[in-house]
Amino acid sequence: MTGIDGFMYPNEVELQWSVLIVLYPFLTGLVAGAFILASLERVFQVQAVKPTYRLALLTALSFLLVSPLPLQLHLGHPERSYEMYLTPHRTSAMAMFGFVYLWYLMAVLVLEIWLDYRREIVLLAQSSAGWKRTMYRVLTLGSTNISERALAIDEKTGWLITVIGIPSAFLLHGYVGFIFGSVKANPWWSTPLMPVVFIFSAMVSGIALVMLLYMLMMWARRQTIDMECVDTVARYLFYTFLIDFSLEMLDLIHRIYEADDSFRSLDFMVHTKLYFSHIVVQIALGTVAPITLLALTQVVKMSAVLRKRTYVTAGCLTLLGIFAMRWNVVIGGQLFSKSFLGYTTYKMGLVTREGLLMATVLTVLPFAILWVLVKVLPPWPAKESHPLPSVTMAD
Amino acid sequence: MNITRRHLLLLLPAAGVAWKYILAGTPEAAPNYKLSEHWWGMLIDLPKCIGCGNCVRACQAENDVPDGYYRTWVERYHVSDYDIENPQVDSPDGGKSGFTPVKEAGGKNFFVPKLCNHCADSPCTQVCPVGATFVSPDGVVLVDKEYCLGCRYCVQACPYGCRFINPRTNTAEKCTLCYHRITKGLTTACCESCPTGARQLADLKNPADPIHEFLKTHSVHVLKPSMATHAKVFYNEMDGSVR
Amino acid sequence: MNVFKDAGHLFRLAGIFVAGLLLFLVIRHSVIPKSFGQYGHYRGSAISEVAVRPVKFSGHQSCEACHADVLDKKKDGKHAHVNCEACHGPLAMHADDPGSVKPGKLDTAILCARCHEANAAKPKWFPQVASAEHSSGLPCDTCHQPHNPAMGVSGAK
Repeated sequence: MTGIDGFMYPNEVELQWSVLIVLYPFLTGLVAGAFILASLERVFQVQAVKPTYRLALLTALSFLLVSPLPLQLHLGHPERSYEMYLTPHRTSAMAMFGFVYLWYLMAVLVLEIWLDYRREIVLLAQSSAGWKRTMYRVLTLGSTNISERALAIDEKTGWLITVIGIPSAFLLHGYVGFIFGSVKANPWWSTPLMPVVFIFSAMVSGIALVMLLYMLMMWARRQTIDMECVDTVARYLFYTFLIDFSLEMLDLIHRIYEADDSFRSLDFMVHTKLYFSHIVVQIALGTVAPITLLALTQVVKMSAVLRKRTYVTAGCLTLLGIFAMRWNVVIGGQLFSKSFLGYTTYKMGLVTREGLLMATVLTVLPFAILWVLVKVLPPWPAKESHPLPSVTMAD
Repeated sequence: MNITRRHLLLLLPAAGVAWKYILAGTPEAAPNYKLSEHWWGMLIDLPKCIGCGNCVRACQAENDVPDGYYRTWVERYHVSDYDIENPQVDSPDGGKSGFTPVKEAGGKNFFVPKLCNHCADSPCTQVCPVGATFVSPDGVVLVDKEYCLGCRYCVQACPYGCRFINPRTNTAEKCTLCYHRITKGLTTACCESCPTGARQLADLKNPADPIHEFLKTHSVHVLKPSMATHAKVFYNEMDGSVR
Repeated sequence: MNVFKDAGHLFRLAGIFVAGLLLFLVIRHSVIPKSFGQYGHYRGSAISEVAVRPVKFSGHQSCEACHADVLDKKKDGKHAHVNCEACHGPLAMHADDPGSVKPGKLDTAILCARCHEANAAKPKWFPQVASAEHSSGLPCDTCHQPHNPAMGVSGAK
């Protein structure tokens, strides 16, 4: 049979979970990571990253709105997905999805954004016209109270929500790690480290994304990038990446050392079928390279221009690497036979329901949504959105 | 479709009980069947398997299994000498058309039929997010194809590779132990068509079932015992190389 | 109190959440399948839905009801425990209405080889031959009567 090496159980030849299931943890990881970055300022008082606060929240929302789509497109019967709300099976990690998602969307993210923006929403409801006015008025939920006391209550409530939001963000992405990590039938997935690795790689990807988006938006609006902000974000990216890398190395070393019954088969797979995506893209380009670049910015004195370029390169490589990690977990876990005697091939469709085109559209869609959100709820104070032309140092 | 009953009077009593419900085209559930009186499993007597593939073909005919997917299949093992950790295994089209004749291959060669193990501690049931797959009160792991979302988590969770997604219904599917037959006093299609008796349906709750004596007097295994799935398909004289 | 005035928007929000929750519970109660939870976390009626499928293999007892003559021939031979439909295929429709469905004639050249073609993986005690050498391509029923295949049994050719 074409595409098979060795022996696979006859039903294993076709992969069950496609590139869309690779995309889902990538998208929710960005959500969790962006939120954690936002919480750095709100809860941990890291003032330097304040310029990215609102952008991080809007980014998280854009990606959260898109993340159920790959799941729906993948299901055999998407019209039955409401059953997860009706009869969630308490022993199934996947059954948590509906509730964790809804909780995080409504009780954490939307609430926090609304509370943070409420003053602007009320002001915009009063100052805009036509359909925009209607939209903002709906968003006020009928309340125009933006007195100091009201805003102080909002501030406290928002703080509380962020505090609840941090473990909620871990839960939103950690349960995805558990979905894989708890499958005893699959030795590539089954490890207690899986949820932890997922969470930390999510944080890495989310922080990198917000950093890149901030730099991109400032550049697009011809404004100066707050270097202290970006330097701080990059530093947190670096530290988180070190932890993530250590965890993944721990898993690898542990596997190699114990060399259990699955090891030979998995080792062979990593050296052959997964060589490019795992060794080259995930490890070399996606982890070692950005960590090295970020480390350089910490130990070597660099000009702002050079630091910015390094951050952009490191950020892009990071996102590539984290996507590759999701790919290697999901696709890699299905390329080898549970008999440990063979391998199959992933034949990704191009224009099919679960194909490359769909995956690309779903990756681009959150950015389109973010563009709309930035227009409706501008992340930066009004006076900054109409800057006077100014002479700035060469960026 | 017209059902004739003109042969009823000629029937032997034993056949008579099952006959009433064998109405191909207008199926009925047997009303005398009590869920709590049965605990189903299967016995596979490996020294008797000749790899003819009758079971695979019969299952496909009985259950409308689509081509390329297998509710049951047969594997052929070749173990050379003492290296039992590296057998050579093949299963061409699941063994549906038998196996190409090999006169003398050296080493040790044998067939292993596989199917859903109807685990009492079924991992596929554990992971189903909505309760579309379940262990019935009489010990058969079934799929509710009106409720299944087709998320494929159960397929991932099965250590034995016995589940698949039916491309026609887009729902999970697997061996049902011919539930529609065993609840009517018939045996499974695979057991019915096995020429050597290598496959035998077993009702573990029935004290008269020959499996109890068999389990006492033979060396019996289950697949992947380390998975602790409490599998109910028992293999007689299974070699250590079997995956 | 002043708090209620300044936190009015939060109470409104909470009200929306509670209303949503109640709506969800009402919808859930009406939409959830009636037999769900009857035996466990699944639709109880699924069990009978699986049980009510058409049967394709009749089972050897129903064949023997009409074809007792074949049973007589078979019961003393090597194929005594080979069920009828193992070779003749699923015939519940024929057993139900013998006139409407006539079982096809079997091609022994293909059929017998499935079990009896020599293969190193078959158990040594099992009768198997390399058909090319054994019968030089002649169909098996040239010399063997399938219902009682031993050579020399009455009825064998």
